[in-house]
Amino acid sequence: MQTTITVNGQARALDIDPRTTLLDALREHLRLTGSKKGCDHGQCGACTVLVNGVRINSCLSLAVMHDGDQVTTIEGVGTPEALHPVQTAFLTQDAYQCGYCTPGQICSTLGLLRELEAGVPSQETPAGARPVLSDAEIRERMSGNICRCSAYPQIVAAIRDAAGSMA
Amino acid sequence: MSSVHDWTPTNPVKENRSGLIGKPVDRYEGPLKVTGTAPYAYEVQTPSPPAYGVMVGATIATGRITGVDIAEAEATAGVLIVWTHLNAPTQAPRGTKVHPRSSAGSKPALENDRVTYFGQPVALVVGETLEAATAGAHRVKLTYAEDHPDVDFRARLDAAVSPVGEEDVEIGNFARGFTESPVQLDQTWHTPIQNHCQMEPCASTVWFEGGKCVAHTSVQMVKPAQHGLAETIGIPRDDVHLMTRYIGGGFGGKGQTYDDLVLAALAARALGRPVKVAFTRQQMMHGTIHRPATVMRVRLGAEKDGRLNAMSMMTWTHCHRDGNFTEHASNFSRALYAAPNRLTGHRLVKLDLPGAGPMRAPGEASGTLSLECAMDELAEQLGLDPVELRIRNEPPTDPENGRPFSMRQLVRCLREGAQMFGWDRRLPTPGLVRDGRWLVGMGMAAAIRGNFLLPAKCSFTVDADGVITVKQGMTDIGTGTYTVLAQIAAETLGVPLGQVRVEIGDSELPPAPGSGGQFGAATAGSAALAAGQNLRTAIAELATGDEASPLFGGRPVDVTFQDGLVAIGNRSEALAELIRRAAPEGLTVEGEIRPAADAREWSQQTYGAHYCEVGVDPVTGEVRVRRMLGVFAAGRILNAKTARSQLTGGMIWGVGSALTEGNAVDPRYGSLINQDLAQYLVPVQADIGDLEAIMLDEVDDKANPMGVKGVGELGNSGAGAAVANAIYNACGVRVRDYPITPDKLLAGLIARGL
Repeated sequence: MQTTITVNGQARALDIDPRTTLLDALREHLRLTGSKKGCDHGQCGACTVLVNGVRINSCLSLAVMHDGDQVTTIEGVGTPEALHPVQTAFLTQDAYQCGYCTPGQICSTLGLLRELEAGVPSQETPAGARPVLSDAEIRERMSGNICRCSAYPQIVAAIRDAAGSMA
Repeated sequence: MSSVHDWTPTNPVKENRSGLIGKPVDRYEGPLKVTGTAPYAYEVQTPSPPAYGVMVGATIATGRITGVDIAEAEATAGVLIVWTHLNAPTQAPRGTKVHPRSSAGSKPALENDRVTYFGQPVALVVGETLEAATAGAHRVKLTYAEDHPDVDFRARLDAAVSPVGEEDVEIGNFARGFTESPVQLDQTWHTPIQNHCQMEPCASTVWFEGGKCVAHTSVQMVKPAQHGLAETIGIPRDDVHLMTRYIGGGFGGKGQTYDDLVLAALAARALGRPVKVAFTRQQMMHGTIHRPATVMRVRLGAEKDGRLNAMSMMTWTHCHRDGNFTEHASNFSRALYAAPNRLTGHRLVKLDLPGAGPMRAPGEASGTLSLECAMDELAEQLGLDPVELRIRNEPPTDPENGRPFSMRQLVRCLREGAQMFGWDRRLPTPGLVRDGRWLVGMGMAAAIRGNFLLPAKCSFTVDADGVITVKQGMTDIGTGTYTVLAQIAAETLGVPLGQVRVEIGDSELPPAPGSGGQFGAATAGSAALAAGQNLRTAIAELATGDEASPLFGGRPVDVTFQDGLVAIGNRSEALAELIRRAAPEGLTVEGEIRPAADAREWSQQTYGAHYCEVGVDPVTGEVRVRRMLGVFAAGRILNAKTARSQLTGGMIWGVGSALTEGNAVDPRYGSLINQDLAQYLVPVQADIGDLEAIMLDEVDDKANPMGVKGVGELGNSGAGAAVANAIYNACGVRVRDYPITPDKLLAGLIARGL
């Protein structure tokens, strides 16, 4: 099937098997292997990307469902030579070990920060209140991103750092 | 043979002139990891478009494949290969070692019609695309003659026997010592099967280049992977170039290769193009090893003042029918507490379950979940503080073999941890502290993990730009190997970190044993130090023998290395300048470490103390870890940042072991019930409260020339017991069957009228 997805600001025309997930389209067809396959079932978050600014598990949707969408992957966030503040914060706080969940954690963080900016509540947000960047909010909102190396405390610290430096 | 005393003279790591050793520098490969540009095994760029392999797992635990119908699979659009045992390429018989010094023998895939565990790969489908291969895999039709699987561990305890070559270890007379003790404890704990759940499922990408097999795979040990693949597919070892540069978690589960590697290689050879094969998450649960379940009986006999008179720890565990792996959960207890009468040992039963194998802190992770809770129970029986009970049983020498400890700061870990955590605020009677709906309690446990050094080599090269390149067939599974090797190189040669390159994870580099048993940093690092010292000698000789150098005529032994300069006193020149002029092709030297002949004359361990505060909801049985502190003594720390991450990661593994992790066996099929990350519950962000790890200053001169020990498994040892003990202190319920899930707690809470 023909589909065109704007990935990291570039329109990418794909002639793709309709069974192909967005994750596999990114990894195997566009060679954007920064998005990782940890479970392929939406359970681990390693494949998190931003679609039109909202974070999703890219393994849970088909590429052809994203015709015309704006997709941001980790490759569109920063480069080793020019890191995004969230990437710098993950680096300096050691918010990763093996690194396999890291792109998903970082894309998820970007989604989280946008949710907070937009006032989207979570289970941790008191009813009627505007969410704030508390440790409890971070932990709740980042619980869809598993880190088996268990860098969880460092990830919370990195997100706080990044939010501070981006403010 | 060398002695540990040969390690004591000063060396650049101990001098630490530039202060890089121990410094919390960011990870060497960090910029690649945070940008997603570090290529893991399934992601390496292939020389031509790859084909995709998908494995099919057996749906029985034991029996034979009696019928194979691959017609529909082969007819699937885009499918290139469908293999079962009937038509798979010939491989060397299992265990073959054509080369007598191969570190692993042949491990054929699709070997024959025999199925020995649920999920065993029994077919491979290769397609033009992953989608085609997956569709084909669904159409492979196999019929089986199923035997009745023998998989119920607890029902088979009576069939367990001592592992081959092992005997129980008794010191003194345990039975008499226990009987004569005025205070006795005799309890049994159960731990379940656990899965590693590395974030990166095992995967391989393989192609052939002029007869040479280029294999990228995700594995913790390079040489056995290279040798095993060569032996299996029947080519010389040097014709396999095996790489594993980035590894998405190992934890022991990638200490061996799996069928993805051999199948990718066979398919790549058959098709003449690159082939990628990965396990699915579901396949990982059965197709790779797991930590086996245990039953642990602990008996403690104490005097009324708390001194142990008798201690016994017996462990029952299981492994695969064809295997011999034993979860040595009793071993650590041999070095932990003093007691004149001691009995420890293991019983093993072979079952038709997938392979049991090492998982982070094998032995200690399970074992501390019993003994460290037993100590908590004994403390309560005695009316003693659990910290004090442990201090009263601190042995002056190794209680098992009488050897002196190389270094033992357990008591300091216990005391400093207690103080930092505010342990004095703990009420010894459980169930008295409330915070809203939560019952709050504190628990603690000791941590111990052995220290090992293995043989390793490493090479250092200095080039005409003054750049030092470290090469070693070592791996980094998230542990920080790249980073600590860079630090050792930079410190040794006196250059900035930015002037060091590290190349690891490659079978063509000087061999190192890889990552496991928390021996990685000590082993790989010691070889790197040796290489660094040899390169210093070579450079010093070059400089003092070069008429154009300001160092000419000096004594090589007087040459110092700092700030990118080589110097003798106030005479100096830039390292890069010297090499450009005197050795423009660069200099390469090797270094090597071997365990000292007398290293085992000391009892070598790493130690720690865990403190934990939990909340228990008496209505739902929910447990929340509110805060946790670990204090550790593990030799010289090479990088305070990466070491801390290892320790806190291990502690969180302990939380998982205590609260959520476990896999039950379905006795009908011999399968594991939890087959993905929605069912097998590893800790997630919301499960973890405030958590900190502190590392005490320590240098262990008996461990290796750098005085470092490992931290990768220590954090896991004892952490779960601290959680369990905190739960008891919170609500007065002891659950001795892990994980401590709400259903198990609720029964006790109701019984207590809470």
